[in-house]
Amino acid sequence: MIALVDYKKGNIRSVEKALQAVGAPVVVTSDPAEIAAASTIVLPGVGAFADAVASMNELGLAGVVRQRIEDGVPFLGICLGMHLLFEDGTERPEGEPLPKGLGLIPGTVDMLPRVDAQGNAYKIPHVGWNTVEFAEDPLFEGIPQGEHFYFTHSFAVPESDCTLATTTHSITFPCAVKYGPCAYGVQFHPEKSSDAGVALLRNFVTLAKEA
Amino acid sequence: MLAKRVIPCMDVKDGRVVKGVNFVNLRDAGDPIELAKRYDEQKADEVIFLDITATSDDRATTIELASQASEQLRLPYCVGGGFRTIADIRRMIAAGADKVSVNSAAVKNPAIITEAAAAFGSQAIICAIDAKQVPGNPNKWEVYTAGGRNNTGFDAVEWAAEACRRGAGEILLTSMDRDGSCDGFDCALTRAVARAVNIPVIASGGVGKIEHFAEGIIEGEADAVLAASVFHFGQLTVREVKEYMRAQGISVRL
Repeated sequence: MIALVDYKKGNIRSVEKALQAVGAPVVVTSDPAEIAAASTIVLPGVGAFADAVASMNELGLAGVVRQRIEDGVPFLGICLGMHLLFEDGTERPEGEPLPKGLGLIPGTVDMLPRVDAQGNAYKIPHVGWNTVEFAEDPLFEGIPQGEHFYFTHSFAVPESDCTLATTTHSITFPCAVKYGPCAYGVQFHPEKSSDAGVALLRNFVTLAKEA
Repeated sequence: MLAKRVIPCMDVKDGRVVKGVNFVNLRDAGDPIELAKRYDEQKADEVIFLDITATSDDRATTIELASQASEQLRLPYCVGGGFRTIADIRRMIAAGADKVSVNSAAVKNPAIITEAAAAFGSQAIICAIDAKQVPGNPNKWEVYTAGGRNNTGFDAVEWAAEACRRGAGEILLTSMDRDGSCDGFDCALTRAVARAVNIPVIASGGVGKIEHFAEGIIEGEADAVLAASVFHFGQLTVREVKEYMRAQGISVRL
């Protein structure tokens, strides 16, 4: 059973339906006990980093999610759900300290620059379909290099040992990470990425079953 | 590389697509979800449902549509039209809409953009602008509201820049002069707005043939191109349009 973590920050039905469409039984939950017992965890994400962290802590979810990932349970963080794997983020109300993420991967989640190294201007938010270059991994099994996935975000995770895939806008940045044997994070939205997104979710569900 | 987007737009009234849809092999051409799925198969990058329902009673139908869409579609979608308050926007986003587009309400009360962007993120808030060229002045356009009936006197380029400053995530720019004309986008307008903001601009209004899509991107400097009837009547498929755009050197997802 996949626990789809609902930390009360928006509609996650499209993620739920997308997982069900690839044949995975899903329970939408904000119950720490249910997450502790789940065989697989999916952490979606909408909104701001500071807000999400506060919500996760309030619901008592941060500790259990972190522990399960450390235990090697198959995990997929989507967009903000991927950002939360990192140490901290700069998206916060002015004057407040950097909100802390789960801290599994080192580095700070920061806003994408509006200009590239040559001084060309780029539009932020980074919205739309961008090409993804990935290292060989079961998550991308059967998906062609350079496939387009749907992005909508202004903040991105830093380079680390965990980078699995990259895309390029104003800079080249990690758009998929892998921590341990089967914990993944993706910046793009597989649930909004048509056939490519379905293929990726199917791969994740398959590797989670085999884990 | 970020692909330029092609976006079919559907006018929806009482939960049904209106303004004529003549789609071959579609069981129910009036069903917005079924039409959106067909566009997904054709590689549309997202779809927009424009709610042209007049009364608040019928809003429930549109919220139901957003909810159905979040369960059944595998691509992003925007719902536009009829938002007056933050509470209206909240209901639509809670129902599952990835984005909402705000038009007249934002002109009346620009703070709605600021508040909505703070509450739901810039990526969820599109500022829709209906612009019309000032007669005798080819480089000046004014903002119209109420479906083009009301001239606000606002300069369209300045308004786009303000919407951007206030946190809008995209501009959906419709040329009133070109809408329905089949003469192509107003590329001068689109370019003027695209250069005035640092958020994506969706060009709208005027597509009549395949060349127009590439013009909107190359001459208009738009990030996305929107059309309705050429798709609904099956005159062009999204795939044909994107193949044409690619042949013109434009980066698209196919």
